[in-house]
Amino acid sequence: MNAGTKFAIGAALIVGSVGYLMASGVKATGQYFLTPSELSQKIAVDPSFYDVGMKVGARVVPGSVTRDVATRTLTFQVTDGGARYPVVYRGVPPDTFNDSVEVVVEGRLRKDGVIHATNVLAKCGSRYEAVPKA
Amino acid sequence: MTVLGNLCLWLAFLVGIWGALAGFVGGLRGQPELRQSARHAVFAMCAALLVAVFSLEWALFQHDFNVEYVAAYTSQNLPVFYTWSALYAGQKGSLLFWATVLSLFGSLAMVFTARRHREYLPYVAAVVCSVAAFFISVMLFAHANPFRRLPYTPLDGSGLNPQLQNPGMVFHPPMLYLGYISITIPFAFAMAALLSKRLDVDWLVAIRKWTLLSWLFLSIGICLGMWWAYVELGWGGYWAWDPVENASLLPWLTMTAFLHSVMIQEKRGMLKKWNLALIIGSWLLSIFGTFITRSGVISSVHSFTQSNVGYFFLFFLIAAGTASFALYATRLPLLDAEARLESMVSREASFLFNNLLLVGIAFSVLWGTLFPILSELVQGTKVTVGPPFFNQVNIPLGLALLGLTGVGPLVAWRRASLPNLRRQFAVPATVGAFTLLVLLVGGMRDFSALMAIGLGAFVLATVVQEFARGAGARHRQYGEGYALALGRLLARNRRRYGGYIVHTGIVILFIAFAGMAFKTETEATLRPGESVSLKSPYGWTYTFTHLGISQYDALNRQVTAATVEVYRNGKKTGILTTEKRQHVDALGRPTFQPSTEVGIISDVREDLYGVLAGVVGGTEQAVFRFTINPLVWWVWYGGMIVALGGVIVMWPGGTPAVRRTQAGYAVKLVGEGT
Repeated sequence: MNAGTKFAIGAALIVGSVGYLMASGVKATGQYFLTPSELSQKIAVDPSFYDVGMKVGARVVPGSVTRDVATRTLTFQVTDGGARYPVVYRGVPPDTFNDSVEVVVEGRLRKDGVIHATNVLAKCGSRYEAVPKA
Repeated sequence: MTVLGNLCLWLAFLVGIWGALAGFVGGLRGQPELRQSARHAVFAMCAALLVAVFSLEWALFQHDFNVEYVAAYTSQNLPVFYTWSALYAGQKGSLLFWATVLSLFGSLAMVFTARRHREYLPYVAAVVCSVAAFFISVMLFAHANPFRRLPYTPLDGSGLNPQLQNPGMVFHPPMLYLGYISITIPFAFAMAALLSKRLDVDWLVAIRKWTLLSWLFLSIGICLGMWWAYVELGWGGYWAWDPVENASLLPWLTMTAFLHSVMIQEKRGMLKKWNLALIIGSWLLSIFGTFITRSGVISSVHSFTQSNVGYFFLFFLIAAGTASFALYATRLPLLDAEARLESMVSREASFLFNNLLLVGIAFSVLWGTLFPILSELVQGTKVTVGPPFFNQVNIPLGLALLGLTGVGPLVAWRRASLPNLRRQFAVPATVGAFTLLVLLVGGMRDFSALMAIGLGAFVLATVVQEFARGAGARHRQYGEGYALALGRLLARNRRRYGGYIVHTGIVILFIAFAGMAFKTETEATLRPGESVSLKSPYGWTYTFTHLGISQYDALNRQVTAATVEVYRNGKKTGILTTEKRQHVDALGRPTFQPSTEVGIISDVREDLYGVLAGVVGGTEQAVFRFTINPLVWWVWYGGMIVALGGVIVMWPGGTPAVRRTQAGYAVKLVGEGT
């Protein structure tokens, strides 16, 4: 076997393992990214979407935020104009979180209809610009 | 001054288009006047853009809030330092910065390119002019003109986002931009080589410094970005696999691959197609990075406001990608290799595997970054992958790469013999195995961390061995003292030994990354006098005692500061202060959301990282998050060593012209690089 063939085998091994790692990585760690409307549609036809880790991208409903600093519990509602879901989060939200930002909520929708968040990311479209141009 | 600025933008735009035409036509037809004209166009564009930058800075410093850009990013009470850097704080200004620096680099390339490479310059001028003209056209036609005036004049500007008011942020974006931008010069030379069909090693020699320069800027920019994220964002880490972070990593990976594979082309005349593809790919990735940052296509903490600027970039990306790869395809027959791979156990082979791994990592990062878009296109449902995906894929690949870092530089070119391997690897392999054993006995069980540190020790041992052997040889031959011999060794073989220093920095970074596997954190709500304990991975118990809250006004902000006393195993080790800042404008009205200032106590073993998350209204009861991050200190110093090594490699002089190895083993003369 000449060196070129051997190298081709080695290269195929590397390419193969990169491919394998990527495929298994997506399978093991991929999360649905849904809007509240999409979530309510999915859950209506397929109840297995309860208790599945996912990300929900939506806007915080103004006036729905309650914070309990002492117990570090945050509750609010999210909506995309269609469906609306309450969210409970125990932890410290990012600085940019307030009651009018877009958020990405990472967590699970429980049978009680509440999204139990493990992480809340505030996504301010105009993060580095002070005047929102919405 | 905005009139002057606008005028300069238009002037630069028209000159750019002329330069592009003159360069391409002059180059292809060999007309000296047109070639000269293209060269002058680069200079003229640079001058016009510098004046434009000057007029924007003028408006910023004059607090001319009638200019939209000035009103959007500065305020009366913004510190001077940040007023200056507001030039690239916003989208519009950063476009101007891009175009200006590109024309500046282009001019430098025109002036400093050696006489024997002058043939390429008309095409280089043409490419630089085209790319710069594109950036200017975005400003002029995509509603991104930094000189736009408002119909009214606000009393004060909105000020700079507090998170950008950090020294790291003053240097991080320009460094990254300089990296992105300077890739255009090697790309321009690659295009020039393809167009002129002069595809020998010449163009590689002409761009050697430029590729190093952009790699160096990217490295520094990425490290500064990590530092900024760590001290400013307050989530306790420095790398989150955010799309924009990934976008900066992508060209860094492909440029790193290029810096290695180019040596194979220089020595053996192999990999010509691969190297060209890497340069074109790196450049496209740098534009892609700018596209991601600008377009908001992928949600990221870095996104600017969504705007049609994204479409301009997407169009440019597709057009430039198609054009350059089409040209590349027509020249493929001219790019046949001059030699073949002779053995799997050779430096060529190890560099090839290194390249495959680097490109594989880049591909997986690109894939993960684009996955939300791809999955939506294919399945109709958006699926995202986060840090777990990137870690799962890249830790094994990264470890394999780390191993090759030790192997590659020591195996002989062409074909390594068994005695050669034994001579090179006996000591380093022993050191690596011994380190692994010590860690295992010490109780460390995390597989990735064990591998990272064990392989790291192996690589460090190879580097030390190389330096020791080189210095020893000089000592014997010239009778120099060891310190002098070491200095001369480094000075006379900058590329090789500077490269080893870069490798040392990389090893330190890997070991520091491994440290994050052992991070621990806790959250607590504390009244003054109360405390919380946290066990460090070294087995110590830290106690954090909340001393109280103080409130005061500073230059442009109201500060709420919490002071925390830290004890290690009952012994006081220091005071940690963390703040909530509400930034205000000159009239005392709040601007932006409140921001958090992290408190950090750092030493070589671990960082204590405290964040004030909130204060219970009207009391001194406060919510804290405390994190213990092992080995973070080494990330910053590893980064500095990488940069130092890069500077040594780049330092002028000392790099011999291309030399091919002829013998079946590495010819090693004292004072000469292999």
